[in-house]
Amino acid sequence: MISQRFIESIVGLFVLIAMLALLVLAFKVSGLTSFFPGKGFTVTAYFDDAGQLKIRAPVKIAGVQIGEVKRIELDPVTFKAIVTMRIYKKYNDIPDDSSASIMTAGLLGDNYITITPMYSQAFLAQGSQIQYTQPAIILEKLIGQFIYKLGNTDKEEQHEKP
Amino acid sequence: MIASITALGRLGINELREFGKAGILLYQVLCCQPNYRKSIPLTLQQVYMEGVLSLLIIIVSGLFIGMVVALQGYHTLAKFGAAQQLGPLVALSVTRELGPVVTAILFAGRAGSALTAEIGLMKATEQLSSMEMMAVDPIRQIISPRFWGGVFSMPLLTLVFNAMAIYGAYLVGVQWLGLDTGVFWSNMQDSVDFYADVINGIIKSVVFGIVVTWIAVYQGYNAKPTAAGIAIATTHSVVYASLAILGLDFILTAMMIRGW
Amino acid sequence: MDHLVEIGQLSFQHGNGKVVFDNINISISRGKITAIMGPSGTGKTTLLRLIGGQLTPCRGYVTVAGQHVHQLSRKALYQLRMRMGMLFQSGGLFTHCNVFENVAFPLREHTSLSNSMIHSMVLMKLQMVGLRGAAELMPGTLSGGMARRVALARAIAMDPELIMYDEPFTGQDPISMGVLIKLIRTLNDTLGLTSIIVSHDVQETLSISDYVYIIADGKIVGQGVPQDVLTNPTKQLQQFLKGLPDGPVPFDYPAKQLKEDFFSWSNT
Repeated sequence: MISQRFIESIVGLFVLIAMLALLVLAFKVSGLTSFFPGKGFTVTAYFDDAGQLKIRAPVKIAGVQIGEVKRIELDPVTFKAIVTMRIYKKYNDIPDDSSASIMTAGLLGDNYITITPMYSQAFLAQGSQIQYTQPAIILEKLIGQFIYKLGNTDKEEQHEKP
Repeated sequence: MIASITALGRLGINELREFGKAGILLYQVLCCQPNYRKSIPLTLQQVYMEGVLSLLIIIVSGLFIGMVVALQGYHTLAKFGAAQQLGPLVALSVTRELGPVVTAILFAGRAGSALTAEIGLMKATEQLSSMEMMAVDPIRQIISPRFWGGVFSMPLLTLVFNAMAIYGAYLVGVQWLGLDTGVFWSNMQDSVDFYADVINGIIKSVVFGIVVTWIAVYQGYNAKPTAAGIAIATTHSVVYASLAILGLDFILTAMMIRGW
Repeated sequence: MDHLVEIGQLSFQHGNGKVVFDNINISISRGKITAIMGPSGTGKTTLLRLIGGQLTPCRGYVTVAGQHVHQLSRKALYQLRMRMGMLFQSGGLFTHCNVFENVAFPLREHTSLSNSMIHSMVLMKLQMVGLRGAAELMPGTLSGGMARRVALARAIAMDPELIMYDEPFTGQDPISMGVLIKLIRTLNDTLGLTSIIVSHDVQETLSISDYVYIIADGKIVGQGVPQDVLTNPTKQLQQFLKGLPDGPVPFDYPAKQLKEDFFSWSNT
């Protein structure tokens, strides 16, 4: 017969170990920085094509993450993609005439948004809209264009030759 | 011909009755008014019996499963020159699938079978009946603490398993195969989402905890009070629990995958 | 004389359709030891479970202390059960705690006595069954007779009015049998209990009981004080009481004719 006091302390230790595991999973494995996301402000941008952009994709300036994508929707009127981003609070001095473009990490990597700062004295704030955007580069389209061009040059060569 | 149809029908009705009885037991467990002064110590004892005593097997298997997945994954990923993605591979497969499922199956084998055998033995030796005759409800005194102990232990065990598996992968990937520590962790952090992966895995394990302990407790409570009856009930407890885990895992994954 | 337990027109059949009791009437007098006897498999244990409210009869009623057992709410039934004690065939001791805790269990569950009170009450009950010295032992280390005595101490822990013994003498050596007989008698007389003994050990049971019912095939085949029952000329009764191998209950299990059975091999 094990005493109740011993059982209670052992169970307490068990819970503690599990909580420790949860903390490891949260911070070391999933890189969670805060349990309460919400610090920061949201800005929107309209893109012609959001490509493979996903929710929670990073938003970067010069390769440094400054926020993440919160929502991707379709504008019912213009049929453009409205991307809502959450920018971390401390980056509150980004000029409001900056441009946003969707980039691909590596040849086959995920999409992310990169913001190129300009020189305006007004800054992006809660609810601002980024005016200048550049859509995602779709690899298939590029290849298509490339092949199309290749085909055309072949024909021109054939015209010249005979 | 008619006889075989009759037999089939009887089998069906009997199975239906089993489900009904299991459902009634669950209802009684969930709806019995707890007496906190007595129920909490009893439940804690069961957390000890089911959770703490399963800790060793969970830690060891977690470590080895993490190591094996890392080893297998490394050689496959290396063919595509993507060995840096080992961290995400292990972390995602462990937090989403392997952690909850393997923990639940181990739990069914370690704690579930013990629960069934214990309750079946209590029934066979008339401990449950004598408790009832002493005006103590065996559901409240025996079944309910065991049920809640299991439901409480399972997510905690899963958390420990997950952490150990990832540590095992770290040992193999970084210490042995020579991946870069920083790359290993940062790639993992980039692709693992706390809510979508870790928390969803924990939700799964809570569901598995309910199902496994429910099956174990029911099989024990409903066992034939003989040695052979207890043996059969214990086997059924493990088999049904494992099947239920795998089936439910598919359903839960299908429900959760939209968010991924 | 007033009756603590009344069973009237009781019929019971198992889920598989086997009839256990068919319209039986039993009354148990307060303060007496009543024995219910019969061959194995006549549902004597079932009868005790019916009295305790663990099973529900198909027809008829059971009253204990004037209350209809099967019409009570769950709470009232539990209240009533506190006034009953039952000694199970195997004792039903909790294997995970020692003798002391086993006897203390009902007290801890139903009363809010202090630990020192419980301590002295438990030792008192154990003293009654002569096992005060065994308080720290685990049930697994007790002999069968001792386990039953501990179970008896537990059954009387709440000072019940009615105590039911399920086959108390089965598988006991003569000494522990003698101890149990003495205990049942003295407990009944000193504590003013009403006892029901279910058994098929004829001599021992008849030697301590005040009134006897004999059940066979779901019916009562004989009743009365022990002397009357012993001299009852009914064949069925005599076979049971004297342990004759052949009689109304045949030696041979019902089978086909010898000829059919023995020669069926060659025919097929």
